[in-house]
Amino acid sequence: MSAYEAIILTIITASTPLLLAAIGELVVERSGVLNLGIEGMMVMGAVCGFAAAHVSGSAWLGVLAAIMGGVAMSLLFGFLTQTLITNQVATGLAITLLGLGLSGLIGSDFVGLPGVKLANVSIPWLSELPYVGRLVFGQDPLVYVSIGLTVAVAYLLKYTRWGLIIRAVGQSHTSAHALGYRVIAVRYACIAFGGATSGLAGAYLSLVYTPQWIENMTAGRGWIALALVVFSTWLPGRLAAGAYLFGGVWILGLYAQAMGLGIPSQLLSSLPYVATILALVVISTNRRLSVINTPASLGQGFVPDR
Amino acid sequence: MKKLLTAAAGIALASALSMSAVAADKLKVGFIYIGPPGDHGWTYQHDQGRQAIDARLGDQVETVFVENVPEGPDAERTITRLARQGAGLIFTTSFGYMDPTLKVAAKFPDVKFEHATGYKRADNVSTYSSRFYEGRYVIGQIAAKTSKSGVAGYIGSFPIPEVVRGINAFLLGAQSVNPDFKLKVVWVNSWFDPGREADAAKVLISQGADIITQHTDSTAAVQVAEEQGVNAFGQASDMEAFAPNALLTSIIDNWSDYYIARTQAVLDGTWVSTDTFGGMDANMVNMGPFVNMPADVKAMAEATTAAITAGEFHPFSGPVYKQDGSLAAAEGEVVDLGSLLGMDWYVQGVDDKL
Repeated sequence: MSAYEAIILTIITASTPLLLAAIGELVVERSGVLNLGIEGMMVMGAVCGFAAAHVSGSAWLGVLAAIMGGVAMSLLFGFLTQTLITNQVATGLAITLLGLGLSGLIGSDFVGLPGVKLANVSIPWLSELPYVGRLVFGQDPLVYVSIGLTVAVAYLLKYTRWGLIIRAVGQSHTSAHALGYRVIAVRYACIAFGGATSGLAGAYLSLVYTPQWIENMTAGRGWIALALVVFSTWLPGRLAAGAYLFGGVWILGLYAQAMGLGIPSQLLSSLPYVATILALVVISTNRRLSVINTPASLGQGFVPDR
Repeated sequence: MKKLLTAAAGIALASALSMSAVAADKLKVGFIYIGPPGDHGWTYQHDQGRQAIDARLGDQVETVFVENVPEGPDAERTITRLARQGAGLIFTTSFGYMDPTLKVAAKFPDVKFEHATGYKRADNVSTYSSRFYEGRYVIGQIAAKTSKSGVAGYIGSFPIPEVVRGINAFLLGAQSVNPDFKLKVVWVNSWFDPGREADAAKVLISQGADIITQHTDSTAAVQVAEEQGVNAFGQASDMEAFAPNALLTSIIDNWSDYYIARTQAVLDGTWVSTDTFGGMDANMVNMGPFVNMPADVKAMAEATTAAITAGEFHPFSGPVYKQDGSLAAAEGEVVDLGSLLGMDWYVQGVDDKL
């Protein structure tokens, strides 16, 4: 494996969990719901995925369990914020705390056990192509899932009726309701989708990135994903770019250190954040664009009139 | 946001603690952890020490712990909370708890504090640390003997004296075998982020390192080494399960003896503020089994371990040259304790700048 392949592979591994978690949250926020519980759903996905894979020996069962773990947490969030109309910010934070605690409890029997790694895709001949084979045809399956989901979400939001309904619900829930759309049901579906991709992101950590269960192993990635959604001004293409920018700057920072360039490590560690902020500033100079895409009823609970 | 979250978690945990009823006649011993006890590394070993207190002195002592406490103002709040709840002895187990511990200690003169790896003391604040660097020297020798590329990768958490000391000891050990041995250092600026530790390991391997060692708290780097077919060393606890083929040995922290002794001292009323810096001789640093290496390497590692344990050899024996070429300890001398504790310079041969 050449050096540039190693760099790109590491960047992809670092960026994929961010992209997976963020693409779901993008849909959730497009429907007008702010779910701050990504970290909690992600860590639950990680522990459920690891546990199921370890017990069954099948990484794919682990992926399934991770999705279910994430969805379960998201439905709890949905029930609280959509049915009981609790404050979304507080509920999201509570979901994060609950997820971190509950995952520690579930995972206490799985600490220190070797995990099952999700095998990389291997297509005969294609995966062995020089230079691009390993990069394009030899990734782990979840990388393709993350890219596929991004494309699907972009298409769905922009060109389909469903996408229009989700955006309408997010822009003005009262208008959407008046038009006869079931606002709460749409939001439940979006929240569950967000839970599923957060669970997948967790599975990526415990089955691909570092195949083991360690308490708190998400280490704040849910929050980065949340920031990326805002960074992208709720556009899937920009979201993918943002996730790869963040992962790329982070990994190149490590390379700069390993090559002994003499740049202070603290500066390099802060670079992904600095780069993200700079990009955000540049994007937000186009006010019209950011205003158009911001879901107008983001974070507001909806109570239908009787 | 991450800070906010961990802060909230710390507060939530601390308030959960306050609800637990405490028997008045038992000495309450509190622990503040930087990570979760399930990290299988640094905090795991401290928690083993806590459990050892329970096992030995459980009839006179009750232990409590708060995990995932961020270094900084939240630490101060959490330590205060423990002291208010009647803890008679509090162990704060990370370097960054140093100033918070001293601040709280000034407010609670009757409570005894034990701060790990720090250098500031008070009448009711002791410090304790292990001479981890003794183990680092041993694994440095092993690395130089087994490495084919002659380059090792070192994943550092924060550039504080404790970590720099380990890096220097590792390289001195390696240079005692192969004077041209190279060391690449990557800092992840975190004690606990398995993903980033794994990234750093991959980066170092792709830069030519065929031995990975780390001064961070999780098992991630060891696992990457196993996957990519290079060798690695366990840190803080025995990590053999994660890398049965790659792991050569582990440096194991043993806090149990110290924790039991200090708790006993409080029970007996003989506790005084001390500074403990124990190594292999005090049974505070142990080496894991030497595996996956030829017999001669194993024999050398065992001989060095025995010499350090017996006090016959000091890893920082001169001549030691600093990175800038100046002499830190001449032939026949040993780097003095003050320089060791406040170490802010690399020895010659480190491919990094502080």
